[in-house]
Amino acid sequence: MRETLTRRGLGQAAAGLTLLFSLAPAGAQPRLPGSLQTNRRLDAWLRIEPGGVVTVCTGKVEIGQGAVTALLQIAAEELDVAPSRIRMVSGDTALTPDEGFTAGSQSMEQGGTALRFAAAEARAILLDLAAARLGAPAAALAVEDGSIRAPGGAATSYWEVAQAASFAREATGRVAPKPAAQHRIVGTSHPRLDIPAKVTGGAIYVQDMRPPGMLFGRVARPPSYEAKLLSVDLDAVRALPGVVAVVRDGRFLGVVAEREEQAVKARKALREAARWEVPAALPDPARLHESLRALRTDDSVPSEKRADAPPAVRRFQATYTKRYFAHASIGPSAALAVYAADGGSVQVWSHTQGPFPLQRDLVRVLGLPADKVRVSHAQNAGCYGHNGADDAALDAALLARAVPGRPVMLQWMRDDEFQWEPYNPAMEMRLTAGVAADGRIVDWGHEVWSNHHNNRPQNPREGSNLLASWHLERPHPPVYPRATPQPNGAGDRNAVPLYDFPNQRVVNHLIPEMPVRVSALRTLGAYANVFALESFLEEIAAALGEDPIAFRLRHLPDPRGRAVIEAAAKLAAEEPGDLPRGFGFAKYKNVAAYVACVAEVALDRATGAVRVPRVWAAVDAGQVITPDGLRNQIEGGIIQAVSWTVKEDVPFDPQGILAKDWNDYPILTFPEVPRIRTVLLNRPEAPPLGAGEASQAPVCAAIGNGLARALGRPLRALPYTADRVKAAMVG
Amino acid sequence: MTAPTKLQVNGRAVTVAAEPDTPLLYVLRNDLALNGAKFGCGLGQCGACTVLVDGQPVRSCVTDLSAVAGRSVTTLEGLGTADNLHKLQRAFIAEQAAQCGYCIPGMIMEAKALLDRMPEPAEAEIRNALADHLCRCGTHNRIVAAVQRAVREG
Repeated sequence: MRETLTRRGLGQAAAGLTLLFSLAPAGAQPRLPGSLQTNRRLDAWLRIEPGGVVTVCTGKVEIGQGAVTALLQIAAEELDVAPSRIRMVSGDTALTPDEGFTAGSQSMEQGGTALRFAAAEARAILLDLAAARLGAPAAALAVEDGSIRAPGGAATSYWEVAQAASFAREATGRVAPKPAAQHRIVGTSHPRLDIPAKVTGGAIYVQDMRPPGMLFGRVARPPSYEAKLLSVDLDAVRALPGVVAVVRDGRFLGVVAEREEQAVKARKALREAARWEVPAALPDPARLHESLRALRTDDSVPSEKRADAPPAVRRFQATYTKRYFAHASIGPSAALAVYAADGGSVQVWSHTQGPFPLQRDLVRVLGLPADKVRVSHAQNAGCYGHNGADDAALDAALLARAVPGRPVMLQWMRDDEFQWEPYNPAMEMRLTAGVAADGRIVDWGHEVWSNHHNNRPQNPREGSNLLASWHLERPHPPVYPRATPQPNGAGDRNAVPLYDFPNQRVVNHLIPEMPVRVSALRTLGAYANVFALESFLEEIAAALGEDPIAFRLRHLPDPRGRAVIEAAAKLAAEEPGDLPRGFGFAKYKNVAAYVACVAEVALDRATGAVRVPRVWAAVDAGQVITPDGLRNQIEGGIIQAVSWTVKEDVPFDPQGILAKDWNDYPILTFPEVPRIRTVLLNRPEAPPLGAGEASQAPVCAAIGNGLARALGRPLRALPYTADRVKAAMVG
Repeated sequence: MTAPTKLQVNGRAVTVAAEPDTPLLYVLRNDLALNGAKFGCGLGQCGACTVLVDGQPVRSCVTDLSAVAGRSVTTLEGLGTADNLHKLQRAFIAEQAAQCGYCIPGMIMEAKALLDRMPEPAEAEIRNALADHLCRCGTHNRIVAAVQRAVREG
């Protein structure tokens, strides 16, 4: 953290502020809650501003899930100010705390917890100041919307008592936040801050920025990952109308033009002017899983349990697979970049999930001093994980470097996004189980083969995971991360059962080499691991003639897990129907929200098409911060995962990725979207748990189990696209 | 450069100096600084760029500027403003019918065209009208609910 804080200090200075930061290593100090641990100064989080305003800074960013609104609610609650007084500053390497990535459904746990404690402590500091001014003990003061009143009627306000130095200190983490019973703002459905602008054409996305003198950039990518550039005639492209610069650095090619349509035409010309050699570097798609399994693996055992148990009298085994699917953001990745006229510094506006990690990679690739690269968050379409956002930021910077002093707006074309984004990895899961004479599972095995699921920009020492950095004349090596420890895991996320089996062994076969570019997509490996686990459990239950719900409950001591399973089953039972149904359950990462789903499955036997008309879900996300936001996340996750499960399969052949547009990669449409009923089991006294990734895996498992009922046998290979289901029915 | 193109945008006469084959989307966004219509695919597949031309929904990313010369274009900004919302905008806010929101302007414009020709559509008719509009966040059911609310509240 020393390096991070130093860099942030420099960034602050560059922005004209004069705040001081503690540079002592965090390890020597008391553990602080959430992201306060790594951003310990109160004034990094909160400022009382003139005019009745409070500025709240967060390193988390808005990626369309309402996180910044929920963080505002938390700050308003603890400070006792109206939400309308708070101005949120988010995700800027010069202005906010470094909270890493907005990912893993951890914004509430990390950023929310930090703000809760920071705001509670800030309030206590302000009340102490007010107590001195009003001559009354702090405990006797009442606060409403920042106005402070003493028992005798004397009054002041945060804005009268606050001084510049009031929060210029480290947080102690010792001021207790309000108990849930006193919450008036947290726990209500506060309207999202960003929605009015989004429905009226307000300037809110990175593409809506139009600084004076702005130019437009486009990149001309190679035709495949390993394609070699044989020759390219840049002069013809330079001569096109409006073209200001044509950039070639190794096999990175791009154009900058006065107008956007000119940049698009120049990109087309540049692609046509380049001659490439395209080797057959990808696996045979028909033998994908065999090809991956043949690669070297780094093996680890994330969970192993041995206990006395009755002997197994029946043994089961099954292998499950899933193929690649895409983030498929509706808006292609984009960024705005501007180099200073002297070429000595750059600012980039990006829809990255991690402005600070991105900044560190940009520093290395652009060869600039750390304090000369600033990354500021600006929204784009939803990303759902590591899509092209960070790559586009480097692309924009490389193009802007050719035109110092002029801002460059770079947007990928649709085919750039589909062909180059890092997909969710293909996976294979082999499960084994032994069942004792009393019908209990006494032995469980889960082995998973997968690439790593987190290949974001993140390495602090060398290399880069930004796409263009691999294509430069002096390329940067890609960074292969080590296995992520449990309970988070990556390929092995949720491979460890929440069910109680006396003997179990989970093996993670991490495949470092990735023939197809992959990285973080919502749930990482949890989607496929839960699919395998919950399918296998039902296969065993069916073989034993057991009711699948009762069979789950028999192996699940966790009372909150049992409650969501029972609630989902009850909810679905209220609406009977003739179609087969399936069940799926998981506690995301075994530490976040519990979700149980029932899915209704309609199989078209003529075409193999699988439809999911209705889904019922029960959710325990701990204390609910914003019920409507939670429902929106759960329902959105269900719909997206139904799409992954029944529609999506990235097409490729040995020469390259074949997905270029929405015809090559169809997703769920309005008439296909399920009706969803959700019940929230609020736990006001329990910590809030992330929910953005909680429903995808359970609904997939529910569809798999429903389809098994429709087919009369399990179909263990995802996805359930019509052609694959049809082939399985025939075969 | 060919002669400037004249058209009406949100009730206002505008003259645009751009090549006739310039996509209408880029004219709206870059020449007229209108943020509503979005670039999603450039192929007319996803619907994020939908605007109305003489009341009919069109994909502005595959509509040449020359094709709208002398015609009337309505974008999201032409429906209402933050201070004076159109009933559809009000309903989308009331239903919180957005996550990332990138597809929403196209949804609202398609819904506007639907309600203009069919003031009280059934739910299935709303879903079918939006069938060629893609949403990735999974906000579909809220979008349908928002259109139904606009119908109900008028």
